[in-house]
Amino acid sequence: MYGRGLRPLSLATAAAFTVALGLVFFYAPLEADQGFVQKIFYVHVPLAIVSLCGFVLGGLLAIQHLRTRDSRWDMRSYVAIHMSLILGVGTLITGSIWAKASWGHWWVWDEPTLVSFLIVFLLYATYQPLRFSIEDPERQSRYASVFAIAAGAFVPLNFAAVRMSTGYVHPRVLGDTSNLPGPMALTFLVSLLAMALLYATLCKYEMTAKHARGQVRALRRKLSGEVPAQGRSAAPRLSGPPALSGTPAPSAPAPLSPRPAGATATGSTTPAVGRPGG
Amino acid sequence: MSTGSATHPPSTPPTIRVHPRPPGVAAVVLALLRKEFLVELRTLESVPGMALFAVSTFVVFHFALDATSVSGKEASGVLWVTLLFAAMLGVNRLFVADAEQGGFDAFLLAPVDRSALLIAKALALLAYLVVFELVAVPAFGLLLLEPSLGQSMPDLLAVLALADIGIAVIGTLVAALAVQTRARDLLGPLLALPLLVPIVIGAAKASAPLLAITGAGGSPTRWLLGLALYDLVFGLIAYAVFDFLLED
Amino acid sequence: MTVLVMSDSASLTPALQLEDLERHYGERVALSDVSLSLPAGQTLVVFGPNGAGKTTLLRVLATLLRPHAGKVRLLGKELPREGWAVRGRIGLLGHAPLLYRELSAEENLRFHARLHGVGELRVAEVLKAVGMEGRSGEPVKMLSRGMLQRVAVARAVLHEPEVLLLDEPYANLDPAAREQVTGLIGAGSGCTRVVCSHDPSGGVAEADVVLGLREGRQVMLKLARDVREGDIAGLYR
Repeated sequence: MYGRGLRPLSLATAAAFTVALGLVFFYAPLEADQGFVQKIFYVHVPLAIVSLCGFVLGGLLAIQHLRTRDSRWDMRSYVAIHMSLILGVGTLITGSIWAKASWGHWWVWDEPTLVSFLIVFLLYATYQPLRFSIEDPERQSRYASVFAIAAGAFVPLNFAAVRMSTGYVHPRVLGDTSNLPGPMALTFLVSLLAMALLYATLCKYEMTAKHARGQVRALRRKLSGEVPAQGRSAAPRLSGPPALSGTPAPSAPAPLSPRPAGATATGSTTPAVGRPGG
Repeated sequence: MSTGSATHPPSTPPTIRVHPRPPGVAAVVLALLRKEFLVELRTLESVPGMALFAVSTFVVFHFALDATSVSGKEASGVLWVTLLFAAMLGVNRLFVADAEQGGFDAFLLAPVDRSALLIAKALALLAYLVVFELVAVPAFGLLLLEPSLGQSMPDLLAVLALADIGIAVIGTLVAALAVQTRARDLLGPLLALPLLVPIVIGAAKASAPLLAITGAGGSPTRWLLGLALYDLVFGLIAYAVFDFLLED
Repeated sequence: MTVLVMSDSASLTPALQLEDLERHYGERVALSDVSLSLPAGQTLVVFGPNGAGKTTLLRVLATLLRPHAGKVRLLGKELPREGWAVRGRIGLLGHAPLLYRELSAEENLRFHARLHGVGELRVAEVLKAVGMEGRSGEPVKMLSRGMLQRVAVARAVLHEPEVLLLDEPYANLDPAAREQVTGLIGAGSGCTRVVCSHDPSGGVAEADVVLGLREGRQVMLKLARDVREGDIAGLYR
């Protein structure tokens, strides 16, 4: 079920990227001040936006996990944050390149968006170590969700705080689509769409892979009757006997299976052992 | 038949039990705080360490900056870096006794509201911060700060109070997250520092003019408001998610 | 203000009912398919080698761990959903004494008394009952293991629980001390009890129902009077 739709999604992503790159190189006009280097804008900003949205999305999925106690939500939250972290690395690298090209420094502190992004990135960089150092998988997923919720709320707060601290040093011509000339805005929006599709595809791939791995493990366990040794991991697992903690039992409780001899014994005055009261 | 909770002899099976009404949140918070301070007074593990650390850090700053005194922005930076890192020591120790000596289980077995633990721990951490700053801030004034602390004290107290509340709330949440992990001493600060950046921004900006030589006057209200808002929002977040850190 | 609860009223419905209880740690099964019921006031003794799931069972019953599947009803309340309703009516005596090492026995018990809304008089009463009134002012880290266990017993019964969950309660106790705490946590306490034990003869003697666990599974469930010699030893083989 996880693999369904993967192919059309991948194709759509490839198509969107082709269109976006075509627009970036052949349609969007050269920016007057910065020239060709400004084109990195069409990669950097969509990367940053998608990555930040992914962090917040991870928090929302984590809320769902804590509410339902269904480990699939934890998996989704994990994948959302994991992929956002990867895009986040891309954001920092492209941002650095852009800063070097236009201001001559690899890093500029008076660009609040970049600085806030770094802080958010540093916070989320502890997500995996946090998961990794909690051994009980159930506690791991619960704590990770608490982290994801707090951190997800932190993302906008932090942006507001950093923005407040730096003031408006640089006129932010490029930060806002409404200020962009038409062709640039169109190119930017198509690039953003392509990046969002890429994010969705990557997430789907990771979830499919995790799900398949879990199923293979479950099958292997069924066949051999033993649990293959598995190292500790920061990633949640979908396999495992606690199918989904907290979800209702698959069906009405089966009639009580035969117990070992003496299982019907009880205290002298009460109904049979194992018979539920109701 | 015995009816009093304190009277029936333990050997006879009681037929009627008198159930005390579960204590309210305030009573539980008080009980937890009392226990917390008692343990801290016995062990002196948090506050003296924090204060000593802060003073040592001022000495280190003196040599590292190669400066006999600091003022303005620089002073504000030195002060807040020191207070923040010293606070991390307290954050790291906050739940250790409970995790290692069964305090969590004992608390979870009681018929009480679990948010009481968050409130009590945050208040305890706040108290530790205040007490340690009673040493650290005068020491800073004495050792490093060029202008005298006197006239800017009321404003500085407001900044310290708002920042301390934020550190206490975030520190408690992070400490509860980190204490059950294997790398608790490492993860605590790693989690806390980014979350505390907005506090540092607000506190440093607000206290820089207070520590300037010119004695330029009051700190901009917007920073105080920003700090208060951040405290409030994170307080609500911590309140919403804290329960999930307690169950097993 | 106090609320009167007739503990006898529970005798119609069993004090403890388990139905296909399951609990895992990741992929490791700690408990599975445990089903039984225990009338109020009776004692269930649990046998099984180390790692059989005894401690997990106690922690599930104490509302400290959630069951992953199956049903648990304790004092008529369903766990974990209605855990709040039974908390405070359970006394847990596990391996850890749940006492702060730096605080004295009396300070620890006062703390627990406040958490449970129990009066201070009761603290002195239980300390006397376990014979620790003489050394109640020392930090518990100074106490010997036997004395620590006695304070832990006092802590477990401080709030007059209806259900006692005991994990090898007589460990580290000399015969005299054992005698002393029996009134509080023994069969005569009037509580519904779940006791984990490694002592075949003593365990069966105080049991009404005996449960044998092995690798988390229920391999034996008998009335104590039906337990034959070798039944318990067979569990450990």
